[in-house]
Order: sequence, then C-alpha cells, then structure tokens
Amino acid sequence: MKKIGVFICHCGINIKDTVDVDRLTEELADYPGVAYIENYMFMCSDPGQNHIKDAIHERKLDGVVVAACSPTLHESTFQTVLKESGLNEYQMEIANIREQCSWVHTDIEQATHKAKLIIKTAIEKLKLNESLYPVSAPVTKKALVIGGGIAGIQAALDIADAGFQVIMVEKKPSIGGHMIQLSETFPTLDCSQCILTPKMVALSKHKNIKLYVNSEVESIDGYVGNFNVKIKQEALYVDPAKCNLCDDCTEVCPVLVPSEQDEGLSWRKAIYIPFPQAIPATYTLDVENCLGLEPIACGKCREKCIAEAINYDATDTIIEEEVGAVILATGFDLYPVENIPEYGYGKYPDVITSLQFERILSATGPTGGEIYRPSDGKVPKEIVFVQCSGSRDPEHHLSYCSKICCMYTLKHAKLYKHKVHNGQPYIFYIDIRAGGKRYEEFVQQAVSEEGILYIRGKVAKIYKEGDKMIVIGMDTLSNKKIEVKADLVVLAMGIVPSEGSHDLVKRLKINTDDKGFLSEAHPKLRPVESLQAGFYLAGTSQGPRDIPDSVSQASGAAAKALILLSSDKIYHSPIIASVDEDLCSGCAICVGTCPYGARELNEVSKVVEVNEILCEGCGACISACPSGAAQQKNLTDDQIDNMIKIIASGK
Amino acid sequence: MAKPKIAFYWCASCGGCEEAIIDLHEDILKVAELIDIVFWPCAMDFKTEDVKNMQDNEITVCFINGAIRTSEQEEMSKLLRKKSQLIVSFGACSQLGGIPGLANFWDRESIFASSYGGKCPSVDNPDGVVPQEVSEVPEGELYLPRFHNTVKTTDQVIDVDYYLPGCSPAPYLTMQAITTILSGDLPTKGTVLAPNKALCEVCSRNDSKPEKLSIDKINRVSLVEVDPEKCFLAQGIICMGPVTRSGCNGENDGRCIAANMPCRGCYGHPSEVHDVGAKMVAALASVVGLEDEEDMSEADVQKLLDQIVDPAGTFYRFSLAKSYFRRKIMTDSKEEK
Ligand SMILES: Cc1cc2nc3c(=O)[nH]c(=O)nc-3n(C[C@H](O)[C@H](O)[C@H](O)COP(=O)(O)OP(=O)(O)OC[C@H]3O[C@@H](n4cnc5c(N)ncnc54)[C@H](O)[C@@H]3O)c2cc1C
Ligand code: SF4
Ligand code: SF4
Ligand code: SF4
Repeated sequence: MKKIGVFICHCGINIKDTVDVDRLTEELADYPGVAYIENYMFMCSDPGQNHIKDAIHERKLDGVVVAACSPTLHESTFQTVLKESGLNEYQMEIANIREQCSWVHTDIEQATHKAKLIIKTAIEKLKLNESLYPVSAPVTKKALVIGGGIAGIQAALDIADAGFQVIMVEKKPSIGGHMIQLSETFPTLDCSQCILTPKMVALSKHKNIKLYVNSEVESIDGYVGNFNVKIKQEALYVDPAKCNLCDDCTEVCPVLVPSEQDEGLSWRKAIYIPFPQAIPATYTLDVENCLGLEPIACGKCREKCIAEAINYDATDTIIEEEVGAVILATGFDLYPVENIPEYGYGKYPDVITSLQFERILSATGPTGGEIYRPSDGKVPKEIVFVQCSGSRDPEHHLSYCSKICCMYTLKHAKLYKHKVHNGQPYIFYIDIRAGGKRYEEFVQQAVSEEGILYIRGKVAKIYKEGDKMIVIGMDTLSNKKIEVKADLVVLAMGIVPSEGSHDLVKRLKINTDDKGFLSEAHPKLRPVESLQAGFYLAGTSQGPRDIPDSVSQASGAAAKALILLSSDKIYHSPIIASVDEDLCSGCAICVGTCPYGARELNEVSKVVEVNEILCEGCGACISACPSGAAQQKNLTDDQIDNMIKIIASGK
Repeated sequence: MAKPKIAFYWCASCGGCEEAIIDLHEDILKVAELIDIVFWPCAMDFKTEDVKNMQDNEITVCFINGAIRTSEQEEMSKLLRKKSQLIVSFGACSQLGGIPGLANFWDRESIFASSYGGKCPSVDNPDGVVPQEVSEVPEGELYLPRFHNTVKTTDQVIDVDYYLPGCSPAPYLTMQAITTILSGDLPTKGTVLAPNKALCEVCSRNDSKPEKLSIDKINRVSLVEVDPEKCFLAQGIICMGPVTRSGCNGENDGRCIAANMPCRGCYGHPSEVHDVGAKMVAALASVVGLEDEEDMSEADVQKLLDQIVDPAGTFYRFSLAKSYFRRKIMTDSKEEK
C-alpha cells in the first residue's frame, strides 16, 4: 500500500478556529495508509513546504494529502513540493477543509468531523492515483483577433509589435468600431478620430498583420495553440488593389441607404466608403441594397469606374488560417431603444440616441459638428439628457450599470455648452458614477462652471407638444413630478454585447455570462482569459467599459496571448479521459457527447480513441459510457466510489 | 482417483436455469463420465440430510441458481458453501437478484397483502389465509421457511467463487466453465465466466448508429414498427446492450437482438460497471435530446424523459438486488439488514 503523509494546515486561524486540528491529527494517525501526519500553522509557507519535503525523504512517502484551502489556490505550490522531492506531482491531493469546511461552519464538533471525512476521501482518492505526465503539443505562432474596434486594434498591434503574425477579422467594411463614430472623448476631450486613426493606419501598414474586413469567422476547430479557423469573406465586388478612391461610383449610384456611420442621420449610396479615413481605404458594394449586380438592372458604377475595379461576378470566399491564440474583441451595441416605447424614439425625430448625438457633435458628422436638431434643423436651446436609458432597471430592462453613460452624457452636455453658449442642458440621473482617473474633477468642473442642471430622477414619458418635447419625470430628491420642455432629448442608452458577439459565441460555443457578455475565467484573477483555453477577451465584449479600460484590457489579453505564442510547446493537464480497450464495446454513445470533438471511433479496432490534447477532462463521455470503459484519469469510478463510501458511512 | 463431485441447487428461480443444464444435451454425457453428480434436487432424489452427511469441501463445485428469498434458501446455500470447494453463482437471479429481485420495491407485508389479500386475481383465498412460519395441526407443528423482506443475491449470503451470468446462462458458457474448472486451471476468484465487453461489440446493428447518437423520442417495441437492421437506441428504443455483457449468443447478435427485441440486460454488467441502472441512466441522460440540447427547456427535457415507462423496471430489471440501492427504503427497519 502507498505510504501517505497527511499535512493539516491551520491557515492561521482560518481553519484552526473551527476545526480541531490536533484531534484530527490524532484520530487520523491510524487510518489505513497514513504513514505520517502533522499539523502546522501555514503549510504553504516556506517552512511549511519544508516540513512536507523532510517527511517525504525521512518517511519515504509515496504520496501526500494536504488538508488546507481550495486547490485553485495552492495546488501548484504543493505539486511543486512533490516534484522537488522527486515524487510525481499527481501523487498529491488537496483536502479542502477551509472553503468547504471551516469557512462555512461554526460548530467545532461538526466541522472537525466533516474535515475528517474530507481528508479521508482525499486519502482514498490518492491511494488509486496514477503518476501522470503533462500532455504536450506544438504551438502555431500566430494570433487571430476578432473585431476591429479599439480593443481589437490595440491587441493586434501589441502582438504584431512583439513579432508575431496577426489575422484580424472585422465584420464591417472598416475597422474602427464605435470609437470612430465618437466626437471627443471624456475626460480629456481629445478628438476621438484624431487619436484612433493613427492606430488604424499603423495596423493597415503593419507587416505582421493581415486584415479581413466584411468577414466573419465561421468556425474554429482544433485546440489551444493549434486552431484551424475558417473565415468567410464577403465577395470583393470592388478590388481594393485597383480602386483609386476617386468616388465616381457613388456619384452615379442611384440608391440611397441610411448611413451606419452616422446612425441613420445621413444617407450613403449602395456603393460607398463608410467614412473618409476607412481602413482598408476602399469602397464596398452593398449587395443587399444594390439594384442587382447586372448591367441590365443598373450597372452604372461599373460603367463609370475607369480603374475597372468593379467586378459583379465576385463571390464569397472561405479562407482558412491556422492560429495558436484567439482574441475576442467583438464589442458592444446600444440597448435597443425600441424596448422603451414611452420615450417616443422613432415617433419623434427630436428624441435621439447618444450615439446619434455623438455624430451630431462630430466634425465629420451629418451637420459638420454644428448642433441642429433633426426635425427642423433648429439649434436646440434646451436639451434633456436621460441617463440610464435601459440601464439599472432590472424589472423592465438591463439590471446592470452600463458604466460609461454618466461620463459620456456629461461630455455631451459640455460639448453642447461649448457650441451653444446660451443653451440649457438638463440631465436626468439616478447617481453620478465617476470612478475613473480625473473623472470626478471632470464632473465638478462641469457642474460649477458650465451651468448644467442635474435632476435626480427617472423619466417616465416623453411626448411632443407644439415643437417642444415634454419630458415627464419624478424628482426623487423632492419627490415631486417634474416636467421639462426641451427642443431635443438625448437618450443615454445602456450597452449590451454586440449582435456580432452573440452570433459568434453561438457558433464557437464560447461561455458568456447571463447578460451575454463573454465570461472571464476568474472575475478577479483571470479577467482577460476565457474559460476556453487559448481564447482571450478584450474590450466591451466582456462588459461595459470606456476606452482607456478597453485599451488596457486589450494589452492584457495580448500579453496573455503572447505568453502562449512565445512558448515552443503547450502543456495540458493529464487529468483527461482514457478508454480501456479491453472494455470498450465501440457502442459510440460517448462520441457525440464530447463538446470538444476529442473522441473518435477507430473503424478498424472498433474501439474509441481520445485525442489527448483536445480533451479538456470535462467528464461528459465518462458519465455517458455505459460499460465503464471510459474513465477519467485519477478520478475513476473506483476512486469516486471509494470516496462516496467514506461520506455515506459518515465515519 | 475419485471423480470430481458436482452439485446443482436452485433457490428463488423460475426453473429456467435447470433447463439450461438440461440444454447441455449430449454434452452433459461427456462430462457425466468424468464427474459424479451428488446433489441435484430438481432432477434426482436427494435429501438435505444427504448433504449434511457429507464431509466439508467434499463437493468439488456447486452451481447455485436463483436468488435468496427465504430462510430455507439461505440455510441451504450456507450448507452447500460449507460442503463445497467452489461455488458458482449460476444465472441472473443468483448473480444479481434477477426478476425476483424486483420484489425489493416492496416488503413481505405488502407482498403478502397483494398475493393473499384478495388483490391477486389468480389466487382464490376467500378466508384471507396468510402463510405462517409455524402452524398447529392435529399431528403437531408444521414449519414453513421464513419469507424475507429483502431478496438477496447469492454472494450477499455466502462467499462466491465464480459467476455464470444470464437468464439463463448459455449452455456453451456452462460447458466452458465446467471444463475449465475440471482442468484445474482456475481463473481468479470472482471472475464472471463470460466475455467482458458489452453487447454492442458483437451487434450487427452497431454500425447503423449515427456518429452523434441523439435520442429525441423514446419508443417502445410494442408501439412502433421496429427496423430489424437499425440499432435500437438509434430508433429511440431502450436497449440495455451497451451496459450488458455479450456472450448470450456467442459472437453473434444477442439472443434478443436476433429476435428483433432490444437487449434487456440479463447478462449483467461488464467488470467496471458498479451499478447497471445508474450507468444506463447516465448514458441515456447524456444522449437524450443531445442534438437540440441548447434549445431545450427544463420542461422539454422532463417531457422527453417522462416517455420512459417503468424506469426502475427497465434499468434494474435484473440487477436491483445488486444495485447501490438494493431495495426500497423500509421505514421501520423490521428484520434483516
Ligand atoms: C455614445 C457613446 C459615447 C462614448 N464616449 C466615450 C468617451 O468619451 N470616452 C471613452 O473612453 N469611451 C467612450 N465610449 C465608450 C467607447 O465607445 C468604448 O469603450 C469602445 O468603443 C469599446 O471598444 P471595443 O473595441 O470594445 O468595441 P467596439 O467599438 O464595439 O468594436 C467592436 C468591433 O468588433 C466588430 N465585430 C463585432 N462582432 C464581430 C464578429 N462576429 N466578427 C468580426 N467583427 C465583429 C464590430 O463590427 C466592431 O468593429 C462611448 C460610448 C458610447 C456609446
Ligand atoms: S473528458 Fe471526454 S467528453 Fe470531456 S473533453 Fe475529454 S474526451 Fe471529451
Ligand atoms: S461509450 Fe464507452 S464503451 Fe461505448 S464507445 Fe465510448 S468508451 Fe467505448
Ligand atoms: S441494438 Fe443494442 S446491442 Fe445492438 S448496437 Fe444498438 S444498443 Fe448496442
């Protein structure tokens, strides 16, 4: 039988105050298999680790149970102790008597008893543990970045600058994301395009970056370090290499489409460049609105193009790429404003969204940066901004705070005051959240110097009277109904994961939280990693945030991806599925249950085989296998059975 | 040298296992020359006294079929254990409790109430007479064995050396077992003397299983037209083949499968399965609605699973007494463990 050492940690008082460690030590000393047992104040400390090492040598231990905190914290610490002592690290088991015992109980008697059972289960498991060695595979030294907003751009540039190849896939005709639509950015009020376009240009010129626009990732197969990506690129009706940006085509195109870039406040043609600084700098033919890709139907643009860049016969292509890491930067959309019908958006042209207002404020926007209201082009003398439109309303809309709306609304009010000096901005708010660097100063300055009127309350209804918009709300400070007559109402819409993000996660089976934002592997300690190995998260696809946070997270994600790309091999936990060939009947029930495609029926031997690198050790196949042939390494049915027996016996 | 002595005994069983011995036909004659049958109450006239008078370990090998339902079966098994060098647990009822084991969903009281209390249409018992362990008659006292609350497997009552599975064991496996034992080259104790791979291994229908098996409707053989070539599971019909040892029909399709009926599981589980029902439930739960898993609500899943008629009887048809549960919980723990 294995000689097992048991090391019980006090964790200062964390464990010791609730679990009688001395009694445990005494009572477990005679348990079959236990060759040595002790308790100590901090097992994870250097002296604590040395206790383990010494005992391994002196007592010739074959395995170690550390009764301490959760294995998510110190498993690797103690595994290293075993390795350094010449034992296989998988001969170590942690009995979690802190999170699963001392922290959740108060009764010393019962907690001590429970701790004893937990330690016994760990001993029973360890008895049948095999020595295992990490599974390894090579790494494809290339990254895929999905989404070309500021977050994706930053991550791509960082990885490319470190000397690795990057494939960027953007759904729209140009990169830039939402930031390219913004006027000026809080809290410094620098021009959004002025700071973004240099990065866009740098990306387009970077020798290590390959950009696919009007493209979407169809599928990603393979595994961390070795993904096969299928990208669907929409037909290139305009050859970017030939197009000389003369703009002749748009002049002749007879079709008008509301401009996406201007949030529907202006028109574009069916052949168009989304904005002058678009990257890649080329025109896109919008097939959905084009009259028909045939000279008989229209054909005006092709006739007009002297560069002969237009080809109506182009077709969608599927491009295959191999990459080692994937960065998801699919961004956000505004919460659908149609969900708040009482605000009258769509019915009244002078109720607009915050992004529309950004366009009105922007020098490249539909009004050239002058503030006119959409209905009649008058300069609005009074504007109401409605914060939390759709946010922080768990009963009807989004439960969460969209984090950026307080700040951008204040920015809107300020920029409005800079242009319309005698104008009066009102802001309906619930709270002002200004937690960022220099944000509070930005707020204070605006309130004291710019004459912005803040009204604490929620807006209940907006309607039109004459040429005024009447905003009805409840002032929650005075508890009085309040009514403001305004020329323009701007809804500070909350933000949600982008539609592109939704589609993608469904296709790629990426974990999201209950709001649809991409899930991080650990909310505090692994915020830029996805639960799927090799996938990293950047920007608003993971949660609402502003530009500085998106950029820092993107650099964080890039750094994580670079750790992977700069390794020659990746190692993978050996706690994975195995198949006993002598038992497998080839019934193939397990094959379809594997979410990672790691199982395959060998048509010759009629036995299922596991691709060890693909297997994540999720255990789906193991519970599916009716014959007991599929087993999880070091977590076999026998081990689980023995552990259950301890717990069920209560002794 | 004296011939090896062989005994056959039956406990709670239908008699099919005895038939299975008879089914050895002329093969039995080959061994009959080599052995002495010293005890076989079903076929020859022996008395308990004869066994009691034997020396300990005098019997070379004793084959016991049937589950342990009564005190008499328990006593006889214990006696035979004492007198035999080897015990072979013969057939599904002995190995796993078999069909009699399903009575563990009830207890003595409820069984008597149902059998003698007028609920059983085939029993004519107007006075509601219930069997008594001791009855006074003019001639003195009469004894009947005690009817236990719980049906047990042979190995839950005595130490067992080998198992021959099946309802009933295939004659060729019985012959193989006898020859192996007579050869003296004994397998490890506890061995089940049948192939260890599940039935799908030999099933001609296995190739018709789709790559991703997903069951979106549970069907029953009595209600659909069964495709004789297609895997039952792929037709939504519960087949216990994947959790059941092969061997009932050699290298050919299982006996039931060949008759276009799904495997019911009488050959018991391969060695690494601890609980047949739990394994099969886990397997089914893994593939039921697999294809549309993401779009299914809890209620949809429930609806699908509700289509399984008599789940306990289906998944534990032969193995309830040997399962983790063993029996229905008895509220006031009456007699035995
Ligand atoms: C009205 C308003 C004003 C704001 N003002 C400020 C400000 O002043 N200061 C500040 O710091 N922040 C501001 N913000 C926040 C800022 O816009 C965001 O923090 C930033 O744009 C987030 O960048 P991103 O790259 O995460 O997402 P996005 O900009 O949304 O970029 C995501 C990109 O991914 C692409 N994509 C999506 N799905 C797919 C797919 N499946 N395949 C390929 N590509 C895909 C999209 O087309 C898009 O290009 C403001 C936001 C709003 C709404
Ligand atoms: S444990 Fe099984 S189901 Fe899970 S990844 Fe590995 S092979 Fe696939
Ligand atoms: S479920 Fe088990 S027996 Fe069936 S093919 Fe998979 S590993 Fe083999
Ligand atoms: S019919 Fe039954 S035994 Fe045959 S392959 Fe299907 S599940 Fe297995």
